[in-house]
Amino acid sequence: MKTVPVSTTINGDAAEFICAPDETLLDVLRNRMGLTGAKEGCGTGDCGACSVTLDGRLVCSCLVLGVEAEGAEIATIEGLATGDGLHPLQQAFIDHAALQCGICTPGILVAAKALLDKNPDPSETELRYWLAGNLCRCTGYDKIIRAVQAAARQMRSA
Amino acid sequence: MAFDTEPKRDFKVVGRRVARPDGIDKVTGRALYGADMSAPGMLMGAILRSPHAHAEIVSIDVTAAVALDGVKAVVTGADFADAMDAATADVRDNCLARGKVLYDGHAVAAVAAASGAIARAALDLIKVEYRVLPSVTDVDLAMRADAPVVQAGRAVEVVPVGLSENVTDHCEFGHGDPEAGFAAADLVIDRSFTTAATHQGYIEPHACLASMGPDGKADLWCTTQGQWAVRTACSAILGMRASQLRVTASEIGGGFGGKTTVFIEPVALALSRKAGRPVKIVMSRTEVFRATGPTVASSIDVKIGMTKEGRITAGTATLRYTGGAFPCGTVAMGAQAAFAAYDLAAVRTFGWNALTNRPKEAAYRAPGAPQAIYAVESVVDELCQKLALDPLEVRLLNAAREGTRSSYGPTFEAIGLEATLEAAKAHPHYAAPLAAGQGRGLSCGFWFNFGGNTSVSLTINTDGTVGITEGNPDIGGSRAAISQMAAEELGIPYEQVRTVIADTSSLGHNDVTDGSRVTFAVGLAVIKAARDAIAKMCARVARIWGIDPEAVEWVDGAARPTGPNAGTFPPMTLAEIAALSFKTGGPIAGHHESNADGAGVSFGVHLVDVEVDRETGATKVLRYTVFQDAGKAVQPDYVEGQMQGGAVQGIGWALNEEYIHDAEGHLLNPGFLDYRVPVASDLPPIEAVILEIPNPGHPYGVRGVGETPIVPPLAAIANAVSRAAGVRLTALPMSPPRVLKALTAQG
Amino acid sequence: MVAVTLWGSLRPFADGQTVVEVEARTFKEVLDRLAEAYPGLRPQIERGVSMALDGKIYREAWFAEIRPESEVVLMPYMTGG
Ligand code: FES
Ligand code: FES
Repeated sequence: MKTVPVSTTINGDAAEFICAPDETLLDVLRNRMGLTGAKEGCGTGDCGACSVTLDGRLVCSCLVLGVEAEGAEIATIEGLATGDGLHPLQQAFIDHAALQCGICTPGILVAAKALLDKNPDPSETELRYWLAGNLCRCTGYDKIIRAVQAAARQMRSA
Repeated sequence: MAFDTEPKRDFKVVGRRVARPDGIDKVTGRALYGADMSAPGMLMGAILRSPHAHAEIVSIDVTAAVALDGVKAVVTGADFADAMDAATADVRDNCLARGKVLYDGHAVAAVAAASGAIARAALDLIKVEYRVLPSVTDVDLAMRADAPVVQAGRAVEVVPVGLSENVTDHCEFGHGDPEAGFAAADLVIDRSFTTAATHQGYIEPHACLASMGPDGKADLWCTTQGQWAVRTACSAILGMRASQLRVTASEIGGGFGGKTTVFIEPVALALSRKAGRPVKIVMSRTEVFRATGPTVASSIDVKIGMTKEGRITAGTATLRYTGGAFPCGTVAMGAQAAFAAYDLAAVRTFGWNALTNRPKEAAYRAPGAPQAIYAVESVVDELCQKLALDPLEVRLLNAAREGTRSSYGPTFEAIGLEATLEAAKAHPHYAAPLAAGQGRGLSCGFWFNFGGNTSVSLTINTDGTVGITEGNPDIGGSRAAISQMAAEELGIPYEQVRTVIADTSSLGHNDVTDGSRVTFAVGLAVIKAARDAIAKMCARVARIWGIDPEAVEWVDGAARPTGPNAGTFPPMTLAEIAALSFKTGGPIAGHHESNADGAGVSFGVHLVDVEVDRETGATKVLRYTVFQDAGKAVQPDYVEGQMQGGAVQGIGWALNEEYIHDAEGHLLNPGFLDYRVPVASDLPPIEAVILEIPNPGHPYGVRGVGETPIVPPLAAIANAVSRAAGVRLTALPMSPPRVLKALTAQG
Repeated sequence: MVAVTLWGSLRPFADGQTVVEVEARTFKEVLDRLAEAYPGLRPQIERGVSMALDGKIYREAWFAEIRPESEVVLMPYMTGG
């Protein structure tokens, strides 16, 4: 299969890659760009471990083709912290023990940020439904919800 | 091993909610999991799997696959070694079938190629001729004399003759005279239950990267609960010497027991050996469901007698478990755990394991216990309903306590069940009002907990910091807990300790992270290693001061003179001693190697409120509280996390999760869309209440906490559903269609 | 002599007894004496047995010391998740 050149922005930096027409954005990020923060838990859009944003919209990168990223701005977990400062969500996840194994954490952080960008004060129900596409098998979600709420509070008061 | 006579109860570091050392890596995407590693010249592996549940492999023709451009190696079961013990041979034959395929998805052959796409294309070119055989996936059918035989000649000597050849194991536990007990009861209830096989459901699929050189030395990177277990299995299966294989455990994206064995690792090694290049294999989610280990499926009869006052007079249970296509001993643990929460004069349990055409069972959190305790706790609850007794009072009245002869034989030491029940009774949840259509359920849970083989080393760095090397993959924050225990024992701040997890060439053997053993056994070992280092530091200081080593004691991170003739030297801190170490005899390190025992059993009680939608049959969990004895919670956040996470896995088991097979034994739901694990919007907050009844077998009183919490939810929810909807379901999961059917039957 | 409690399904291999007396000071001696006195138990011992000694579970520990008054209960070798 012939490969296709693609120009994008990833975490604010211009990025170019070539990929096969049937290659997923997740595979491109992980295998061609060395960005292994997004994880593949299912490859079928069911687990959210591969969550990234594409022009600000939350997507499962396992369901997006690399070629669809042409001209788009992609944000991944690797871009969440700035310099040596963690994003409030990242700090809250550590402070509230919102991860056990941590495999779901990159996807959940990206998804939570996408929610708080739109809705800085979600109710617990809104939060639980927003994160319903991100599976976590370790925590039972409780501490994840508390951590996102704490980060949201902090971001609102910042 | 000698136990400290009195567990320590006064702590500076232990019990604090410290930040975990791997936290930053895991929130920034830097942490490297199984699939995140690559190597120069790496090939991608892919595995061909059986489309049949049971078939003889007549022939495998790989010619066309080998000829495909980019294909570098093809292997089958014939590439593995022949001689090994029976248990390892089963693991081998599960990794690549020999002679017969035993379940839908059983691996048959594997390819390594320049890309994943080429490897998958090559799989289509492998021609396998099968002779399809009749199959069986239901445990009760598999035990019938006319059932298709999955494997012949696998029964152990305790199995009575004349049963189906699928029956591989039998066990019996208990004491007293149940018949006399039933005769003394005011009410006896006898019920049968079934539970579906469920999968551990870790979000990270199995993944590994193997590299073997022409000299036969190999490196293996993989996601596992135990790198030494991987080395032992892989070196036997490949016919290698253990010293030639170095296994490094990646960060692990969940295991829950499912990553205590090998599936793809020997295959990747065999491909690398053949191709002479590194080979990476990453399972798809479908492969994880089809070919890695779910828990057992079960069919259980329970009979319990009770007096009007609520005293249990006798209990019996017969458990029929299937651990899939290979012999499986899990039923013995279920049969021992079934009645563990009760102080009984007469109790008897019988266990049977039968082979079926299902994937080989792998351990899943408290293996065998949730099914058995679900059945027992359901019958206890029904007795309480029929006799109009408070289910919590009945548990308290019959609770096992210190001195109780347990249902599996030994007499209990100090245990926390009664305190846990009292905590549940005193909690506002137990008295909170319920609306119409809602119901409250409760259940006890139990797990044995293990210690096991452990080897750790602890180095005193010259700048006064401390490094710990241990060998158990960290699934839920154990590195933090281990650093805390070392800091506590040494009397230094937590921040000065760093714990890393070693590969198999850096330490002696460590058992897999299982049985809730790590905080207990590795913690115990690290405390002993710290004591070893302290003894060495005190000896150095004694020589500096020119006094007897016995005249030096260790207090708050420093050596001090003690006793009448020691003199009045100012204390020397760990950092001061460390800085002088090259002059006083060289580097200072502590070690501990042992097979730890005394883990101390664990009990929990769960309370749950549910509401059943009579239109759809859907059960909504409204409120959930977990009460559990942790002995001593080293890092309470992670203890709570274990309790919450285990509870939610149990909720999934109770309400939705199941392996569904068609009549030919094909797995119909190998994906998260149809195998539905709980999501955030399904759940209420999970409140976790930690009790601390010190374990006499640990210097700090620690008990394992990881497994018990998956046990109670099954019955707690069944009991709540029964009280909410007036129907008692005896089959798990209580999925909406099943509940609806029961409601319809009720009219 | 120590009294060793067997689990029910081992009874047929120990002349129908659930409690057998052996002369032993360690777990290993318990296993050795049992295998000598009741050869039918040998396959199970080889597959693996755990021991509860005064309520504490020992998975393999040959040299665990046993006193005459100790409570010794055999259990199948167990694994966890
Ligand atoms: S990997 Fe994309 S949703 Fe699971
Ligand atoms: S922390 Fe393990 S899956 Fe979420």
